[in-house]
Amino acid sequence: MSSASVAITGLGSVSPLGMDTPAMWQAICAGQSGIGPIRSFDPVGFDCKIAGQVGDYKIRDFVPKKYRKATKLMCRDIEFAVIAAKEAFASAGHTTKGTDDGDITINPVRTAVEMGAGLISCDLEEMAPAVAASLTDGKFDIRKWGHEGLPQVTPLWLLKYLPNMLACHVGIIHDLQGPSNTITCAEVSGHLAIAEAAEMIIRGDSDMAVAGAGESKLNPVVMARQSLLQRCSVRNDSPEQACRPFDADACGAVFGEAAAAVLLEKVEDAKSRQAKIFAELVGIGQSTSLDPRYKHLEPDGKAVTIAVERALDDAEITPDELDLIIPHGTGVAQDDLAEAKGIQAALGSAVKDIPVLPTKSMLSNTGAACGAIDVVVAAMAMSENKIPAAINFEKHPAGCELNINTREVDAEIRYALCCGYTPGGQTAAIVLKNPTV
Amino acid sequence: MKINEKPQRVVVTGIGLVCPLGNDVQTTWQGLLAGKSGVDKMTIFDASTFPTTFCAEVKDYDFRPLLKNPQLHEHGNRGTGFAVGATVEACRQAGIEVETDNPADGIDRRRLGIYLGAGEGSANDDAFFNAIGQAWDDENRQMDWKKWAQVSFERMRAMHEMEQEANMPAGHIALLTGARGPARSCLTACAASNQAVGEAARLIRAGKADVIISGGTHSMIHPLGITGFNRLTALSNRNDSPQTASRPFSASRDGFVIGEGSAIVILESLDSAQKRGAKILAEIIGYGSSSDAFRITDMHEQGRGAVQAIRSALADAGITARDIDYISTHGTSTPENDSIETLAVKTVFGEYAKKVALSSPKSMFGHLIGATGAAELITCVMAIRDSIVPGTMNLNDPDPALDLDYVPNAARKMKVDVAMNESFGFGGQNDVVIVRRYQQ
Repeated sequence: MSSASVAITGLGSVSPLGMDTPAMWQAICAGQSGIGPIRSFDPVGFDCKIAGQVGDYKIRDFVPKKYRKATKLMCRDIEFAVIAAKEAFASAGHTTKGTDDGDITINPVRTAVEMGAGLISCDLEEMAPAVAASLTDGKFDIRKWGHEGLPQVTPLWLLKYLPNMLACHVGIIHDLQGPSNTITCAEVSGHLAIAEAAEMIIRGDSDMAVAGAGESKLNPVVMARQSLLQRCSVRNDSPEQACRPFDADACGAVFGEAAAAVLLEKVEDAKSRQAKIFAELVGIGQSTSLDPRYKHLEPDGKAVTIAVERALDDAEITPDELDLIIPHGTGVAQDDLAEAKGIQAALGSAVKDIPVLPTKSMLSNTGAACGAIDVVVAAMAMSENKIPAAINFEKHPAGCELNINTREVDAEIRYALCCGYTPGGQTAAIVLKNPTV
Repeated sequence: MKINEKPQRVVVTGIGLVCPLGNDVQTTWQGLLAGKSGVDKMTIFDASTFPTTFCAEVKDYDFRPLLKNPQLHEHGNRGTGFAVGATVEACRQAGIEVETDNPADGIDRRRLGIYLGAGEGSANDDAFFNAIGQAWDDENRQMDWKKWAQVSFERMRAMHEMEQEANMPAGHIALLTGARGPARSCLTACAASNQAVGEAARLIRAGKADVIISGGTHSMIHPLGITGFNRLTALSNRNDSPQTASRPFSASRDGFVIGEGSAIVILESLDSAQKRGAKILAEIIGYGSSSDAFRITDMHEQGRGAVQAIRSALADAGITARDIDYISTHGTSTPENDSIETLAVKTVFGEYAKKVALSSPKSMFGHLIGATGAAELITCVMAIRDSIVPGTMNLNDPDPALDLDYVPNAARKMKVDVAMNESFGFGGQNDVVIVRRYQQ
């Protein structure tokens, strides 16, 4: 048995804390929260009226001139992925067909693209005139829809909302002709897209990959779904304190939108071009929670335990070599406790000394994007030798022993762990290594 | 990441199908060989005024009699239901125990993974359309969000909403089988389940799991799905003759016929299969994935991505085009796909292109979207087993520009040692898997 790692040489993100990674990192270090009142629709009638939203931007500013027309086919999820991927290439110092002018530095047929995506709901106002034309006595009439409504839907409507379009647009813009995949595993999509892209490089199917995930939960249907599943914090009067992962006073999750992407390449390639290596990806672990109620992680977090154990085994390290954990930590008390138990079981007594940085208190639960965001945050922390302070944590509930990092720490991070889970059960864990170790 | 020095060979030890031609492999296979059609008038919803009024539906299906605890899966979406049944069939063949806490089948649950190409469930149409309809003020072109929320919260159901997510079928299969190993779900449009099988085979080859329940499941036969495809003018409009509408490679092809279903393939390391004494149905020897990186709306004119995926799969298998006996095509019956797919095969196969047999099972069971790749892979496994390949039905007016051997209109007896399965997704994601008769 030999081992291999893949270098992370580029980071990209767009999040409630900024349009790029430096802005997000600075805001996290300043203890800011990107959570505020919902702006993209009027949440009257919703219990939860807050979310983590991306600021104003124009997508045309983030795509090559001749691709501007194609932005009509992009929903927000796709736009975010496009923005994050562009930054990932630029941050790695690579020139592609889709970045700035100059000699192209990538080999298109040997470059993979892998983007995680969520269940994308369509724009309701865009659909509304067609629906309004299909009512009989105030009720939706499917026969009328066929005659009157359907023809009003724009011809390419479907293409705006297919989850694989995140990867397809990124691939077209940057001319990436290698392997391409779209992981649709809810909140672990980002972890898995990055993990699988790294596997592609190790097994020789590609030399380089841009990998990550994007999702916007800022759609009334999606937000209503979360509300019905009783996951939302309703602390509407204090949005910045509303999401409290692992805190005794936790009262639910806050949902949001983001994308993040990393540029992965062979370590020897990164070294030979003297690229900055933010971190190396050295371990992957996965499992599934077997809870017949589906809505929550199994109470002992066993699937998290298995994923973390496997990731550490894959990385060939022991728990005491970890200097940072970014858990899923949603702010839903029952799930946080189960996750804490799962992590504690995997790491044993070492867990008490490992700083834990939950990010959703600041960035919200951005669905498919959140795992990719966490990998970017961990890579930044590793390269800056800094663990920012967590916010919205005062004291543990019984049973949770995670060492939530409440004060900024300046220290070398040897290894970092990012983990997550989904309501459908899938769990994932990734171990990053500091290139100086 | 750990790398195993000796890559594992990957074999197929179980297959299961729920599709418009039958709710198990044998019925479907007999239907394919007899040239039957699974296409008919749409019954799932009233599509009588849609541009397309027919599709290929799964019929008379109920997974509940197959299970001790069907209530755990009853709230799942339509695709989840299909996947549960197909998984039970595939696991039974592979000797994998389901619905037990103490399996005695010799498979470590932490080494049992899941990798599906699975689609989303349908929206709650009643809530979706009526909330918009009641809340939209057409005169002022604005939404009354209060009204919208009122109708939505009244009609939406929490479990239906949760079960819509594309990762839910994989969650149900985990609960059904106790699988605790690597669990992934991908959705690369029409290539999804072929990709899932290819990626799952990679995980086994690399020693990350011993057994993976792979394949896919999907149903887009719902008002928004049909609306979307109709607006793209991707579907056949041959409403007066549904059963002849899916006519891949013919001059009069006018679009695909949408189907639905689930195809499950049990992939296993050769070591594990031999240790358990499982019957080996075939071996997965090659996989290639690529992007067109061309246009969202069209395939690359020269089939660049398809060519690269085919070449990668051949190289991965360590064989040449001449070793391929049969190609299960993507063959959707759209004008664009069938032309470009033919061109791609010619580009890679050269002179030999005219000698290889190609066919499209979609001419009979329709296009199962995310599930279609794995369903067609099962066709390859059965073709190898029975030395017969299904024909391409409804090919009565060949397109003069498409001059390969598409096995027109009837199944053909022929020895198949190596079969290649092609899937090309909307947006340009391409996946090719090569399967071979198992030899020691």
